[in-house]
Amino acid sequence: MNNGIEVEGLAREFKGGVRAVDGIDLEVRPGSIYGFLGPNGAGKSTTVHMLTTLLPPSAGSARVAGYDVATEGASVRDAIGAALQEAALDPQLSAREHMRLQGALHGIPRGERRQRGEELIERVGLTEAADRKVAGYSGGMKRRLDLALALLHGPRVLFLDEPTTGLDIQSRTALWDEVARLSRDEGVTVFLTTQYLEEADQLADQVGIIDRGVIVAEGTPAELKAEVGRPTVEVVPTDHTDRPRVAELLQPFGELVPGTPNGAAVRLDDGGEELAEVVRVFDAAELRIANIQLHAPSLNDVFLAKTGRSLEGAQAEVATDGETGEQPVLEGAPA
Amino acid sequence: MNGFVPETAAPRTAAGPPLAGQVKELARRSIMRTVRQPAQIVPATLFPLILLAINSAGLESAASLPGFPTDSYLTFALAFAFLQAGVFAVIGTGQNLAEDQVNGFFSRLQLTPIRPSALIAGQLAGTLALGLFQAATYISVGLIAGGHIEAGIPGALVLIALATTITLAFGSIGLIAGMRAGSPENVQGLFPVIFVFLFLSSMALPRDLIETDWFRTIATYNPVSYMIEGLRSLLITGWDGEALALGFGSAVAILLGALAVATASLKSRMVRT
Repeated sequence: MNNGIEVEGLAREFKGGVRAVDGIDLEVRPGSIYGFLGPNGAGKSTTVHMLTTLLPPSAGSARVAGYDVATEGASVRDAIGAALQEAALDPQLSAREHMRLQGALHGIPRGERRQRGEELIERVGLTEAADRKVAGYSGGMKRRLDLALALLHGPRVLFLDEPTTGLDIQSRTALWDEVARLSRDEGVTVFLTTQYLEEADQLADQVGIIDRGVIVAEGTPAELKAEVGRPTVEVVPTDHTDRPRVAELLQPFGELVPGTPNGAAVRLDDGGEELAEVVRVFDAAELRIANIQLHAPSLNDVFLAKTGRSLEGAQAEVATDGETGEQPVLEGAPA
Repeated sequence: MNGFVPETAAPRTAAGPPLAGQVKELARRSIMRTVRQPAQIVPATLFPLILLAINSAGLESAASLPGFPTDSYLTFALAFAFLQAGVFAVIGTGQNLAEDQVNGFFSRLQLTPIRPSALIAGQLAGTLALGLFQAATYISVGLIAGGHIEAGIPGALVLIALATTITLAFGSIGLIAGMRAGSPENVQGLFPVIFVFLFLSSMALPRDLIETDWFRTIATYNPVSYMIEGLRSLLITGWDGEALALGFGSAVAILLGALAVATASLKSRMVRT
């Protein structure tokens, strides 16, 4: 059974000719976690809405769990679970009541519905709060319930649209653990959109970077980082007057990197394994060092290399443009 | 089972989950949601009673007008309370549906094999429950305050039936408003418009006693007049087949028309591939 996602030339145009998604191709291997990374307004949520059948594509094709999203919508919905950008919950209902309603709408027999509901509530750590109204839940609790509801009917593919936005670090880590477990232990294919580099880096087997509706880079986090650059070593001497000497000693290891006010930095020619040699050189030179750091390339470096902007800069740009997010307007769709 | 993804998906029938099961659970949710929001129940029930008290105290002398159908203005005015409940049904039902769209709950429903008819029936269940409660309250308060029901106990039951039909009709208008308004605040903005529409009827006086021509003409074309007169007939006249037929007819016509538009709007709003 194919649990993967295959997308070819997928596009979505909204009123006024705005192409939120502009002909993307991607492939998600069954049982893997795909991190879809990009700033607000890049086209992440529009892509998720098309892949979850909530929004008809303007062009291109996509198959989710082996079904065509345009012509086999009901089968797609049966095979997927989704936790969209907002935790879509009724504040007046409790977690148990949500489980009961969701199970009934999916046609899960009553006995199985109750058992799976209880198991999921326990799994996401909401047993004690299960009979409390959701209105009193924290953001993290709502997200966990949202995830549990998305899993109730046993989906083979799970869509998580910015699942950790606004969560504190503990809630975020707990959610990461659960998503990783679902993929690792249960073979669920996870399509995760995020604007957090760390999230994509830690969780995803494969990362796609989208900017202005176009995928600008795709690969494993390691591949992408290796593609854009080598690590840098930054050395800060105890005595700041030794800066020129530090730069002189670093020079043979690669290209000096500007902008290190208290020390000097070099982009290593041969990768991180040269760090030990750098330490030995400074030791031999008897130069006192306050700090030495190896900076591995990050996904932000990848984003910078592919788009000419840092991810944070892109977010700020979107905010300046007055855009608040990228929830597609479904009213009157197809727009 | 250790995990949460079974080897095969949960068993489904070829035709999808049964409609009755979906309606039952959505109705349950709608009723619980209504009951758990006193802000939706208390004003919707109390406000018509306050207006009834003011009107019946201030306009009691209107009952002495020649041709006025009863000597108790309270009994005459009681019918209007049921119509005001209808206005609150528009707002409450519309706001609930709009809120579902704003907070994303609607998208969750869209991702299930839900039928639009189940969603509509479910949403109206809470409206119906509130309508029954309001009707029982108005009848009880009216009787305690000195009003009477000329058609007796069977008439009271028909009164409740007509009042709840009216509430459902207005609630269906609320569904349209909820789907099109985009936010609960926008739905709330409809309140004064609908309220004016109610007043342009035989609410305060029988139509044949309205002397201003334009007002009487509007009241004659306003279906609200026939709904009020149907309710009023049970309170004042007894069993008046024509008034009841017009009252039920107007309410059912609005109900069916609004349901048709609401269903079409919902199908368009629930666009899925």
